[in-house]
Amino acid sequence: MMTIRDAMNCLGAECIVGEENLDKEVRSACGADMMSDVLAYSKDHSILLTGLCNPQVIRTAEMLDIVCLIFVRGKHPNEEMCEMAKERGLVILETGHRMFTACGILYEAGLNGGKV
Amino acid sequence: MPEEITLSYDVRKDDFTRAGEASADVKLKLKQMGVNPEAVRKVAIAMYEGEINMVIHANGGKITVAISPEKIHMVLADVGPGIEDIEKAMQPGYSTAPEEIRNLGFGAGMGLPNMKKYTDYMHIDTEIGVGTTITMEVKI
Repeated sequence: MMTIRDAMNCLGAECIVGEENLDKEVRSACGADMMSDVLAYSKDHSILLTGLCNPQVIRTAEMLDIVCLIFVRGKHPNEEMCEMAKERGLVILETGHRMFTACGILYEAGLNGGKV
Repeated sequence: MPEEITLSYDVRKDDFTRAGEASADVKLKLKQMGVNPEAVRKVAIAMYEGEINMVIHANGGKITVAISPEKIHMVLADVGPGIEDIEKAMQPGYSTAPEEIRNLGFGAGMGLPNMKKYTDYMHIDTEIGVGTTITMEVKI
């Protein structure tokens, strides 16, 4: 277990939305670009890492009670998405790392893949 | 909780940004009603997949949700092209979604399998060129 802030520091990521929620605890993470896969396999995940950058990522997070989105490969959410995230109390982080590397760093730091 | 509450939503076609609004609203209402979180989660995922399908495959449609103390009953009716091969459509990974939909993060061929997985009852009524009506239930 770690806080979102810990995850952010491990990745050297930037917080785009949700500065006030950085001390929330997170236990597990899921990395995917297909939202249907996230919906199919995500259980009790607190973090979603993705390279997909559109409003449905925010919706998917909302449906699954995910608390933090990490955009990999330097993907940058637009204003509309940031607004949606704010309304939902979501944290958005952005990192230049690629998916594999970002997941690896967080896994090594103690996050797991969650229940199957 | 009152005996039964019915909610209905119009889902507009090609409005990808707003797709999911109905599901989000149902999720919020169920939460406020104090329905157990597992049931809320199942309804949210199943309905969201259905709603996305209505936007990307059909021409939008209507969703009706009836909430009673025992179960949540959802009916998603569209006037889309219909499903050609239900058996294939139920296979995880099978998708007829075009490339642009995949680029949006959907069309992984998990929509219908997910809806089945997260509900206690699911029935598909479809006719080519007429439309599809999906009925789902989640027990509380």
